[in-house]
Amino acid sequence: MKAQAASGRTLLGKIWDEHEILRHPAGPSLLYIDRDMIHEGSFHAFADLKARGLKPRRPKQIFGVADHYVPTLGRTAQDAATPAIARMIETFDENMRWGGVRHFGLSDRRQGIVHVVAPEQGITLPGLTIVCSDSHTSTQGALGSIAFGIGQSENAHVLATQTLWQLRPKVMRVTIDGVLADGVTAKDVMLALIAKIGAAGAGGYAIEFTGSVVKGLSIEGRLTLCNMSIEAAARFGMVAPDETTFSYVRGRHYAPSEQEWDEAVGNWRSLASDADAVFDREVYLDAADIAPMVTWGISPEDAVAISGHVPDPSQFASADRRKTVQKAIDYMGLKPGMALDGLKLDKIFIGSCTNSRIEDLRSAAGMINGRKAVIPAIVVPGSTLVREQAEAEGLAEIFRQAGFEWRESGCSMCAAINGDVIGPGERCASTSNRNFVGRQGPGARTHLVSPAMAAAAAVMGSLTDIRRKEGLV
Amino acid sequence: MRAFIRETSKVVVIPGVNCDTDQIIPGRFLKSDRAQGYGQYLFHDIRRTPDGELDPAFQLNQPVAEAATILLVEDNFGCGSSREGAVYALVDHGIRAVLAPSFGDIFYNNALKNGLLPVHLAAKTCQALTKHLVQFRQAEVVVDLQSSEVILPGNLGTHGFVIDAFARDCILRALDEIEMTFTFMERIKDFEAKRLASHPWLDR
Ligand code: SF4
Repeated sequence: MKAQAASGRTLLGKIWDEHEILRHPAGPSLLYIDRDMIHEGSFHAFADLKARGLKPRRPKQIFGVADHYVPTLGRTAQDAATPAIARMIETFDENMRWGGVRHFGLSDRRQGIVHVVAPEQGITLPGLTIVCSDSHTSTQGALGSIAFGIGQSENAHVLATQTLWQLRPKVMRVTIDGVLADGVTAKDVMLALIAKIGAAGAGGYAIEFTGSVVKGLSIEGRLTLCNMSIEAAARFGMVAPDETTFSYVRGRHYAPSEQEWDEAVGNWRSLASDADAVFDREVYLDAADIAPMVTWGISPEDAVAISGHVPDPSQFASADRRKTVQKAIDYMGLKPGMALDGLKLDKIFIGSCTNSRIEDLRSAAGMINGRKAVIPAIVVPGSTLVREQAEAEGLAEIFRQAGFEWRESGCSMCAAINGDVIGPGERCASTSNRNFVGRQGPGARTHLVSPAMAAAAAVMGSLTDIRRKEGLV
Repeated sequence: MRAFIRETSKVVVIPGVNCDTDQIIPGRFLKSDRAQGYGQYLFHDIRRTPDGELDPAFQLNQPVAEAATILLVEDNFGCGSSREGAVYALVDHGIRAVLAPSFGDIFYNNALKNGLLPVHLAAKTCQALTKHLVQFRQAEVVVDLQSSEVILPGNLGTHGFVIDAFARDCILRALDEIEMTFTFMERIKDFEAKRLASHPWLDR
C-alpha cells in the first residue's frame, strides 16, 4: 500500500506508481515496461543480448518495424540506396526472427514509422509504459502513456528483463488555452512553445499538455505535440486520455477486446491528473498568440512566425547568443533582417513521425488547389496503411497531379539515413522535427514547418504565409 | 564498460550550445560495426572544412587534444537523437568525462552505461574554465568520482558535482546492470504475473 499523498497525483505519477516494482535505496525505480518497440538501429542491443547468451525475455511485448533505413522508392531490401543500407534491413529481419519478435517488415501493410505504427496498431495504449531506442518515442505519450526514448544499453536491459531503472522526472504542465486561428496547427503550437522555453527548456521534465486547445485536438494533433517534446529536451510528452483517446483506440488490433473494453476504459478514466495535483513547473500559451511558424536557424528553438524575420545577432545582449545566432545564420545562408515569407526554397519534404499521418496529408493536399509544385517535393506517408488510406481518399492523386512525388512509407529525409538526402547548401521546407546542422544531409538547410505550410511552399517555390489566401489562389 | 574513478587530463573545448548527437556522429555512420571502433566518426562533419580536410581551428584537431580525455562543452550537450553511437564515438576516441552545464537526458543515461562520466558543472564555472583554458591551453583538470568533485586549474577551485547515488555506484564499480537486475527476478516475475493477469492484452 502506498501512503496517501498530501496532494493529488499527476498523470505521470499515477502510471509511474502502477509500474514501480521496487525502488532502489540509491534512488531510481525499477519500472515494469509493458511494450518495447524495435527498429533497425536497435542492432547493438541485440548484439549485446547475443554476447550474453540471452534471448528477449517477453517477445510478446516487443514489436519490430523497419523504418529508418527503408527505401521509399520500392519495397524490398534490394531497393535500398546502398548494399550497406540493405544489410541493415536484413539484419533487422534476422534479429526479429532470432528473438521470436513480431515484426512488420518492408512488405507488410502494417509497416511504417515506429511512432506512427504503434498507435495505429493499438500497441500504444493509455496507462502503459512504452520504450523504444528512439528519442521521438515521446510521441506515444499522446494516448496517455509513459513513453520514452532509450539507448541501446537500456534497450538490451529491457529485452533481457522487461524492466528499466529510471529516475522519476519532474513534471511541467503546459496549458494551451483559447482557439487556434485558421492555418495554425499542433506543429505551430510546438514550435511556439520551444521558441518560448528553449531547446533545453524542459530538460529533466516530463511535459503534460492540457488546456482547451489540447482537449480539442485530435489524437493526430496530440501525437504531433508529444512528438516534439524531446525538441524542448523533455523525454516524455503526455496528454491525459479522454473520450477522443478511447474512441481512437477502440477496435485496434493490440488493444483490449470488446469484452475487456468497459473495464479498461474505467481504469483509464482514473489516470488524469487530480485537480489538486502539484506540478513542478507551469507554462501557459495563449492560442491567439500563435501564428504559422517557421524555423530560420539550426535548432528548433530558432522559430518565429512566418511573418517574422531572421534576427540580427547584434540585437542580443549576450556574446554567446550573438555567436550562436551568427553561426546559425551563416550555416543557413541568410542575412540578418531578411523576411522569411518569400524565401526561395529548393526542396520540400512532407513526412516524418511529426507530420505524416492522414490528417497531415489531408491538410497538405488541401493547400494545393489545382496548382503545381514548382520545386521538387516528396510526400512520404507515415505508414503503409496511411498511404493506402490517402490513396483511397484521393489525396495521393492530388499530390501526383500537382507534381509531388508520392513515396512508400519510412523515415526518409527526416534523418536522411536511407539515402533520401537534401544536397549541400540546398534549402528545404520540411515537416520533420530537427533542423540540426547536416540532419537532412551534409550541408543541408532545413526550415521546419507544418504540412500545410510545406505544401503551400512547394507550389510557390518559397516560404509563404498561408494566411494570405490571395497569394495562394 | 570500464569503471570510472578518477581522471586527470588536459581539456578539449567544444563550443556551441545544443550540440546534438547528429553533430557528435552523423546518422550515416550509425550502420557501422562497433568492433571497428566509432572514434573515427567523432564530430565527423564539424571537424572538417567543406572540402573534407581536418579543420585546424577545431580543438579536437589540435595538439592539446592528443592525449586529452576530458571534454568541456556547453548547455544541452547530446540533445536530439537517442543514438548511443554518439557515446561510442566519444568513448572509442578515448574521452572519459564530459563537463557541461546540462546534457540531453538520453545522452546522459547512455554515457553512464558506457563508463563515460557526464559531469554537471554550473554554467559560470564552465565559462571560467573556458576562459582560463584560452590562456593556459595545457592546464589539467581532475575529475574525481569518489569525492564527486572536479579540481580546476589556476585559482578556479574545487567544485562538487551532483550525480545520483545509483548511477555513481554503477560506474565506480563498472557494475553490469542486467546482472544486477537479475538478482530481483523473483520480484519482477511476481509483479509481471499480476500485471499480465489484469492486462491480458499485453500477453497476446
Ligand atoms: S521520422 Fe525522423 S524523427 Fe521520426 S523516428 Fe524516423 S528518423 Fe526519427
